[in-house]
Amino acid sequence: MGIRTLVAMLVTALVVIGALATQESYKVFMPGLLQGAVLTIEIAILGSLLAIVMGVLAALARMYGPAPLRWLATVYVEIFRGTSALVQLFWLFFVLPQFGVTLDAFLVAVLALGLNVGAYGSEVVRGAIQSVARGQWEASTALNMSRPQMLRRIILPQAFVAMIPPWGNLFIELLKSTALVSLITLSDLAFKAQQMNQNTFKTIPIFTLVLLMYLAMSLVVTIGMRLLERRASLGLARGKAA
Amino acid sequence: MIWDWAFAFEILPVLARAAIVSIEATLIGFALAASLGLVLAVVRIAVPWTGWTISVLVELIRSTPLLIQIFFLYFVFPKFGVVLDAFTAGVLAIGIHYAAYCSEVYRAGFDNIHRGQWEASVALNLSAWTTFRDIIIPQAIPPIVPALGNYLVALFKETPLLSAIAVLELMQTAKIIGSETFRYTEPMTLVGLFFLAMSLVSAALIRSLEGLLNRRTMR
Repeated sequence: MGIRTLVAMLVTALVVIGALATQESYKVFMPGLLQGAVLTIEIAILGSLLAIVMGVLAALARMYGPAPLRWLATVYVEIFRGTSALVQLFWLFFVLPQFGVTLDAFLVAVLALGLNVGAYGSEVVRGAIQSVARGQWEASTALNMSRPQMLRRIILPQAFVAMIPPWGNLFIELLKSTALVSLITLSDLAFKAQQMNQNTFKTIPIFTLVLLMYLAMSLVVTIGMRLLERRASLGLARGKAA
Repeated sequence: MIWDWAFAFEILPVLARAAIVSIEATLIGFALAASLGLVLAVVRIAVPWTGWTISVLVELIRSTPLLIQIFFLYFVFPKFGVVLDAFTAGVLAIGIHYAAYCSEVYRAGFDNIHRGQWEASVALNLSAWTTFRDIIIPQAIPPIVPALGNYLVALFKETPLLSAIAVLELMQTAKIIGSETFRYTEPMTLVGLFFLAMSLVSAALIRSLEGLLNRRTMR
């Protein structure tokens, strides 16, 4: 979809939310839902940051690390890609305390989602680094650059552009996964919706508002990533790679 | 004692029975996703004016959390007098959610068909139905099977969400065992291992399928 359509959808979603919020039957739910949305956004942002860190570290460890580190990174990626996000969330929340590590629910949420998406992200980073043309590596070697120098100055800036669209998709996945944290007692947007639904049985207004709010948040991420992509590919001959 | 083998073996049969429900949900959900996705992709080509509507619909479904969609179907249907049991509502939600993803995969498959194939079909006076059934689909589907396979695995990993509406699948069973015995370590870990094993096996299957299909199309 073009960026204009996406902006139009975002504006429509916001206008509809605004219009519904003026209605008496919807108005009562707004403060609670907005409160939940703030927590959702917090978890999404912190989770994304952790995902980026883990993705880059795991990819670099798998590609250039010494054998034990490479092995560790592979196990990490396989475990977190191979099991469900919800299983990971519950495992950290229910099982870890039995090993004597009790984490606060918010921390569990950020850790589980960040580690989960980071595992997928490491494959994105790896793919993007490998998509940089061979000649770039050879030229860096010819210029007698060390490996860290090569990565930092030549390879990563180019790989970065190729990484943006798939990371955009992963951020959306992460944002949507934040709904799972409602199942470990955090009062995010999904939790508030569930709670209000149980109290009032006004299912349609509540869930319509919640779906629109998630839609608006996802669209903000999509549009932001498109703009970032446009910005980052300025001055690069190869626009959209991989 | 952190890990109790006796307890783990005791709950294994219960979890195995629950795993069958998870697998059932996966298969029914995916059958729904694959067929509904195909319908969406075909309608989009056959009836051009629906293109925009379908894009928006797909974007809507893909941009909102599956958990909310499951709740929505589960709680909203009774308002219209249709009471669905939790399993049906959940599988329906999963199927529709993944249909949105699958329709994009099919679309990519259709986009890869050479224009000449369509033109030749018109020249041969084939009806739209025959063109799709005999010319386009046989060429478009094999290359996208691995992509569909990846969504099958992704869908399988989403089935624990059904525990949120109390479907007695793997996760819900593990949670119940945990709350009854206050031992979460064994059930949760076993569930995790089960998913890990299934994912690794299916990833290997998809890889070999990919190789097989490549060989066939390369000829």
